[in-house]
Amino acid sequence: MTSFSPSSPVLLVRQLRKSFRGAPVLKSVDLAIHQGEIACLIGPSGAGKSTILRCINFLERPDSGEITFFGERLCSEDGNIFHIAPERTLQHARARMPMVFQHFNLFSHRTVIGNVMEGQMVVLHRNRDEARDRARACLARVGMLERAEFYPDQLSGGQKQRVAIARALAMSPALILFDEPTSALDPALVQEVQGVMRDLSAEGMTMLIVTHDMRLVKSIATTIHFCADGHIAESGSPALLFGDTAPSRIQSFMDAAAH
Amino acid sequence: MYNFFFFEVPEHLPFLLKGALVTIELSLISMVLGTALGFFLAIGRLSSRRLLRLPMDIFVEIMRDTPLIVQLLLIYFSLPEAGIVLSAFWAGIAGLTLNLAAYLSEVFRAAISAVDPGQKAAAISLGMSPVAVYRRVVIPQAGLAALPTLGGYFIALLKDCSLVSFISVNELLRHATIVISDTFDSMNTYIMVAIIYFVMSFVSARIIRHIEVRLAPTNRRGTISVPLTMDKEGAR
Ligand SMILES: Nc1ncnc2c1ncn2[C@@H]1O[C@H](COP(=O)(O)OP(=O)(O)O)[C@@H](O)[C@H]1O
Ligand SMILES: [Mg+2]
Repeated sequence: MTSFSPSSPVLLVRQLRKSFRGAPVLKSVDLAIHQGEIACLIGPSGAGKSTILRCINFLERPDSGEITFFGERLCSEDGNIFHIAPERTLQHARARMPMVFQHFNLFSHRTVIGNVMEGQMVVLHRNRDEARDRARACLARVGMLERAEFYPDQLSGGQKQRVAIARALAMSPALILFDEPTSALDPALVQEVQGVMRDLSAEGMTMLIVTHDMRLVKSIATTIHFCADGHIAESGSPALLFGDTAPSRIQSFMDAAAH
Repeated sequence: MYNFFFFEVPEHLPFLLKGALVTIELSLISMVLGTALGFFLAIGRLSSRRLLRLPMDIFVEIMRDTPLIVQLLLIYFSLPEAGIVLSAFWAGIAGLTLNLAAYLSEVFRAAISAVDPGQKAAAISLGMSPVAVYRRVVIPQAGLAALPTLGGYFIALLKDCSLVSFISVNELLRHATIVISDTFDSMNTYIMVAIIYFVMSFVSARIIRHIEVRLAPTNRRGTISVPLTMDKEGAR
């Protein structure tokens, strides 16, 4: 374990590579996320955005590169040998950077509050009362407390995604990973999830958000990373990337995303 | 001759019911053991380790491709030659259990494979260990999914139990044979036996259905006595 100072990035990714059956999908990805930062990862479909997120929390096993989370090496290159931290370390890291998925992935056999208590009890070993209190607080934050005893299949998409966000919040995360959190929602329901995410950003939550939702990006991003062809092709502030002087490929991507 | 049903068989009814009780015992014990063994077989057969998988696959294949009656005869009459002596009752349990486990391992394997990979990913991404993912997400969901099929296998088992009369277990059908050797009235005795089997199956099916309905997630809402959000609002 290495030291962690407030000025170091929460998450540091260097030269991350990943192939699927010989086809390179990530060809050296570099990324740094600092405390309180809202980093939005945009780019065309198939560019590798989801794969980046899934490698960061080791849902996929990277092929090589270096990932440091809170000063702890999750994977690294030592000479020519690629080393991944023990499963325990990865589990510990995952609990501190939970993920919100496009299709919610709520546990269908658990109630709303059961979903939010699960990780707290199983992973963080909080007792039932503690977990319930925290779950209620998190559900209140996303405006879902009245639905605490419902089952996921009794909720709308927007409600499910708010519960999924509460489930992530309950882990007391250092970073939340979002993979297209509003892409599977009816247009009318996008707003409520955007609203919750804006609240989180106002409270200083550190987030890494993969999204095609340009309204969301414009309203909360502090940094934008443009991903294309297995690289982070451009990074910068919203003003820089969305202004008139934006690189032409971002402008054409934005034009395409606009309609 | 047709008056027999009303005059002679009722006299033997307690004896037949005693046999039925043994049938129920056989079914329940075999069901519990077969479910447990079938579950472990399913997990083993889903393992990535070939050495673990292969013997289990072979076992299941053999059990499914040979008749239950032959398996029972082998266990009761041939195993003693290898030094394994079981009473008729336990030989029956052994045969029914092994046979059922083979079939149920297929059921469980399918149910486990059908669990939403997205929910597994969600569990992993919360930091759960692979064992926790299985215990907390995969097994509860696979169990619920397998329940109706499991119920069907229980009814089938209840009826398959009649086969153990061939290895002299004193269950319902064997008791019927004894009654017939006494009264020479096969028609009425077998009708009585059919009725008893029907009632046992019918009642079991109702009970299983009831359990299914109770365990379905959306129906469990009714079992939560006080909704968590109500106590606060009620206090206001
Ligand atoms: N598990 C996988 N197996 C094989 N190919 C995959 C897998 N996951 C992603 N890919 C491929 O990797 C590429 C990038 O996918 P993804 O990261 O999902 O892109 P994005 O999220 O940017 O749309 C795609 O071409 C996709 O087909
Ligand atoms: Mg994607």
